[in-house]
Amino acid sequence: MPFSQILVETDPPIGIIRLNRPKVFNALNFELLRELVEALEAFDKDDRIRATVLTGNDDAFSAGADIKELSEATPVDLIQRNQFALWDRLKKTAKPIVGAISGHALGGGCELAMNCDMIIASETAKFGQPEINIGIMPGAGGTQRLTRTIGKFRAMEMILTGQPITAREAEKRGLVNKIVPVEAYFEEAKKLAVQIAQKAPVATRLAKEAVLKAFDTPLEEGLQFERRNFYLLFSTQDMKEGMKAFTEKRPPQFKGR
Amino acid sequence: MGYETIVVEKKDQITRITLNRPAALNSFNDKMGEEFYAALKEAEKDEGTRCLVITGAGRAFSAGEDVSGLKERYSGDSHPSLGDHLRKKYHPMILRIRHMEKPIIARINGIAAGSGASIALACDIRIASEEAGLKQAFIGVGLVPDSGSSYFLTRALGPGRALELIMTGRTVGAKEAENLGLVNRVVPAAELDKAVGEVAEKLANGPTKALGLSKRVVNHVSRLDLHEALEYEAQNQDIAGKTQDHLEAVRAFLEKRQPKFTGT
Repeated sequence: MPFSQILVETDPPIGIIRLNRPKVFNALNFELLRELVEALEAFDKDDRIRATVLTGNDDAFSAGADIKELSEATPVDLIQRNQFALWDRLKKTAKPIVGAISGHALGGGCELAMNCDMIIASETAKFGQPEINIGIMPGAGGTQRLTRTIGKFRAMEMILTGQPITAREAEKRGLVNKIVPVEAYFEEAKKLAVQIAQKAPVATRLAKEAVLKAFDTPLEEGLQFERRNFYLLFSTQDMKEGMKAFTEKRPPQFKGR
Repeated sequence: MGYETIVVEKKDQITRITLNRPAALNSFNDKMGEEFYAALKEAEKDEGTRCLVITGAGRAFSAGEDVSGLKERYSGDSHPSLGDHLRKKYHPMILRIRHMEKPIIARINGIAAGSGASIALACDIRIASEEAGLKQAFIGVGLVPDSGSSYFLTRALGPGRALELIMTGRTVGAKEAENLGLVNRVVPAAELDKAVGEVAEKLANGPTKALGLSKRVVNHVSRLDLHEALEYEAQNQDIAGKTQDHLEAVRAFLEKRQPKFTGT
């Protein structure tokens, strides 16, 4: 599959996707999003891949939407283009995504970062929702995901002032898992992805699904959902292998069955 | 590069920035603030610069903010924010000195007062002439320490001694500054160039990346507990361990010779 806006690499058990429009700080145009979604869906179907690292470059994860593409758009254009359909598909990615984020993660870039399941950031990363500065607002989940992640007051401040926060603040507020020096963020993210890729794939998938369910459901419903996924795992070979290996004090050999 | 208020010289991978308004004791007017900041940025970007020396022309290092500029600023009914002035003029330069991952030596040739002292204190190493002195001049004009003075002094001396210097505004002579640990070394004025030159040359020929990472670690660890500090050291050691200079040092050790560092 030829990609022009992203670089895709498979390094089993992990896949690596690098946003590749460095001249425009990896601005998110329609093509890039389409390729990203297709690459993630391909990884979901690829048995060799068990986790993905999503990254940009040292200077920018992504500085957000491609303003050129948007500046002349009418509401009808936006409806017809229906770019958010791509974001809806992105949300359905089944395998875990680790964001390796350095430099700007702004606007759509910040929203894309929040679509990752975990984030390793460089000390130089900056997260922000600056849409308000150009007379609009976040449109790809920023108002919802940021609020659920860092709380109403901090989210309101970021979204209404457009002021970005540093990696350290993001870590303090729970927006990233860990920050490391800029020279190390990508390797650190790979390490985390490889660690996750060692686990039983079906369990990983159902656990991810259950965690994301917490965003959508009342507690009681979420607990029921969790329970069903939990029961389901007792039908897997990996569950039997995992428990057997535990009692035999050896590392398990998971097959993804 | 065409500066009016500073002189920038580069030799043997050492860039020397001289504050050059000797008639005004190298006090910072806005022009000098801009030019000094531009020179810092340029030296940071320049791969051929592996050590910086900051010093003053004439008998002062720097008398700090050019107070004559305040007169204009307070003319008429306006009374602009000093805080904004600091944020715009001094904060970027202090942060750049602290975060630039190259060694920076303050060559303190004479009095360093107010924000001039802050700049000296922000540097990595301070070498002073016997005739030099540090002065927290702020209280004398009814102001509080700024440009990082309170931060650097409190860390170096503890709150008691920091407040004494801040509240009295007295000049701390070079010898006393050395005893307090505010400067690393004091030498007679005639030997200042030699003393600074030796250290600068050593640093300019050092493992630049590891020197920069050391600065990064020292900047950060004071905010951490021991567990976090150990982890932060380990992360940066991973980076240093991958440099050519580290490999060269290991080779040199095995071959029983002095390493030749290139800064890569």
